[in-house]
Amino acid sequence: MSAHYPDDLFYTKDHEWARIEDRAGTKVATIGVTRYAVEQLGDVTQVDLPKEGETVKQAEVFGSVESVKAVSDLFAPITGKIVKVNSPLSDSPEYVNEDPYDEGWMIQVAVSNATELDGLLNAEAYQAFLREQGE
Amino acid sequence: MVDFGGWAMPVSYPTGILEEHRATRTAVGVFDVCHMGEVHFTGPGAAATVQQLVTNDVARLEDGRAFYTVACLPSGGIVDDLIVYRLRSDHYVAVVNASNVDKDVDWFQEHRGTDCKIEDASARTGLIAFQGPAAQQALQSLASVPLDRLRPFSLATDATVSGLSCWIARTGYTGEDGFELFCEAQDAPALWDRLLTAGGKPVGLGARDTLRLEARLPLYGNDLDDETTPLEAGLGWVVKLDSDDFIGRDALRAQQAAGITRKLTGFVMTERGIARHGYAIFDDTGAACGTVTSGGPAPTLAQNIGLGYVPTRLSVPGTKLSIDCRGKRVGAEVVSGPFYKRGRK
Repeated sequence: MSAHYPDDLFYTKDHEWARIEDRAGTKVATIGVTRYAVEQLGDVTQVDLPKEGETVKQAEVFGSVESVKAVSDLFAPITGKIVKVNSPLSDSPEYVNEDPYDEGWMIQVAVSNATELDGLLNAEAYQAFLREQGE
Repeated sequence: MVDFGGWAMPVSYPTGILEEHRATRTAVGVFDVCHMGEVHFTGPGAAATVQQLVTNDVARLEDGRAFYTVACLPSGGIVDDLIVYRLRSDHYVAVVNASNVDKDVDWFQEHRGTDCKIEDASARTGLIAFQGPAAQQALQSLASVPLDRLRPFSLATDATVSGLSCWIARTGYTGEDGFELFCEAQDAPALWDRLLTAGGKPVGLGARDTLRLEARLPLYGNDLDDETTPLEAGLGWVVKLDSDDFIGRDALRAQQAAGITRKLTGFVMTERGIARHGYAIFDDTGAACGTVTSGGPAPTLAQNIGLGYVPTRLSVPGTKLSIDCRGKRVGAEVVSGPFYKRGRK
């Protein structure tokens, strides 16, 4: 199971993940959706993301994912300015299904307030949350 | 798994909707449609009762043949869409939507003529669809009857598949050649297994929906309901206004004479976006003009497509529309006919 929910990521109850790196004193969060989210979505056919330079706010909608069957909102795990968008997803949305933690990443954000990380789940807590939900 | 009219049904099997869709378009898919309802009409008055209930012309059905049709309210609104099979002159079977079985049977009973018995056989009948360009070849290895002689919308009632007693009908809901196999409910699991062994890929509700939408086959509850008429839905070809009386005929004749004001219209998205059931449709001046009844990706076409009711003047192919996709107006264009049409062999 651990490969499904890598230990080095932060998670939300909305099934997004964030990977935090230090870049010259700035914390940068790479953001995507979890393996569980992907399994629920099925085949992803379109990913709608904001643009570089825009700001996302923790727990607010920053984009959406269309699967064959339905559309789902994406919620930002953390507040910050977008420094990079995974633009290949617009032509290859299937990366989200194939590799949600690597090629299927969605946006990178310069973290505004690192204390927000305290509100996120670690891999163990996220998996406990999934079990609680009966998943 | 999702609840579908009280049945626990898979949206997809582990391979996923896109692969199931592709398998049905290129080879053969197997669909567990045991949830569909089967209603038998028997007795000397069976034909008259069925004729009273449906818009198509029952007199034109021969033994072992079937047609697609709708049952209407006196208003012309659609009670259900269904396939009617004629086994003999005194035995017809209607296959109806799962979510409508109880409503339909009540409606049929209420309008039953003399010398006709109506029986809901849904619980004891299994139904499995076997659909795709390779369906005939794959099924022939198991079937006791020559399938090349079974024409579209025909039915063989004396058949076996792998020794299991079945009716084999050349009907379906995918836009592909294929068959629907009726069996005793208790035989359905064994039949399912044998159809998989014969090369069929299991297909869930998700791909059933994308396949039927590409073929522009309407879905009751989305594209059809008791407030839409078959003329508005583009199903005029199953409405025989000159045949014997049927419920709704007067209303449909009047609507035909007056001209329909709205039409179920197909569109393709011309900009990036996916239309979904319930989204608002706008004309090229930005005025709201209708609602999407079905929409989604068309995997075979690599386009996003949809259906919705719009005023007749806007249903002309080439008309520019836009769809409100979650707050964003996305361009679309009206197209005619099925989005996907299989090649002739």
